[in-house]
Amino acid sequence: MKNTGTLKVECINDCNVVMTRVFDAPREMVYAAFSKPELLKRWFGPHGWSLDTCEVDHKVGGGFRFILVGPEGHRMGMRGTYVELAPPHRSVHRETFDDYPGESTVSAVFTEKNGKTTMVATVTYGSQEIRDAVIASGMEHGAAESYDRLAGLLEEAGEITSP
Amino acid sequence: MVQQKSPVLDKVFHALAHPARREMLRHLAGGERNLSELAAPLRMSFPAASKHVRVLERAKVVRRRVVGREHLCRIEGKPLEKANVWLEGYRQFWEESFEKLDSLLAEMKAVEKTKAKRKNPKRKETQP
Repeated sequence: MKNTGTLKVECINDCNVVMTRVFDAPREMVYAAFSKPELLKRWFGPHGWSLDTCEVDHKVGGGFRFILVGPEGHRMGMRGTYVELAPPHRSVHRETFDDYPGESTVSAVFTEKNGKTTMVATVTYGSQEIRDAVIASGMEHGAAESYDRLAGLLEEAGEITSP
Repeated sequence: MVQQKSPVLDKVFHALAHPARREMLRHLAGGERNLSELAAPLRMSFPAASKHVRVLERAKVVRRRVVGREHLCRIEGKPLEKANVWLEGYRQFWEESFEKLDSLLAEMKAVEKTKAKRKNPKRKETQP
């Protein structure tokens, strides 16, 4: 595993997910990449997905609107409201997905050391149910490809036709 | 990928390994649904949908209760949580995004360097 590039995702309790990642760049730059639409457009979303709509009003009370478009034309929309902004150290926003119920609060803290920036993002869901709703979203948009591959293998093995 | 043998994980992965069943879970994420509601968007017959639900039930990802003639299904969070399958999907979303971000940051750093080298603010740009 790579050192800087290793992403850690942990389930702290029923309602919180904490994501940690180190980037080989100063904090101002990382913060900019998270808040400027022209930069967000270049990285946000898994392989094969692109940020078709990316509107950002980066101020407290302002918000963002993202629409990701996938390889087969799948669309995933999300929107958020900024609650607290202290660039380049910290940002807090609330977000919702078009297709999934519930709202989550994302607070991101950026710390810099020796030219590298550590981002710790805590995602807080209103309830375990809402958190579990992300199950589906994650499966559809994140791991879908690998599951499809797995499905293919299982189909070959004839396991799906005789469950 | 090397994975420890886990019957629970095997069942959960098997359950998730079919697009129809993932679609069903996606619907169930919104709350309890009956079998017809799950079958309709997939243009599936009742027995075919029931068969898929059975696979989900076996993995304990979904629980079904029968009320009168209705088969009500709901998501069971625990096994998915245990298997950490959903975290995996989440992780993959961000990992792939952050890989792209790494390249972008490298590019931004290179541009900064070039800018710092020539202090005079010329309009001419080396990169589009």
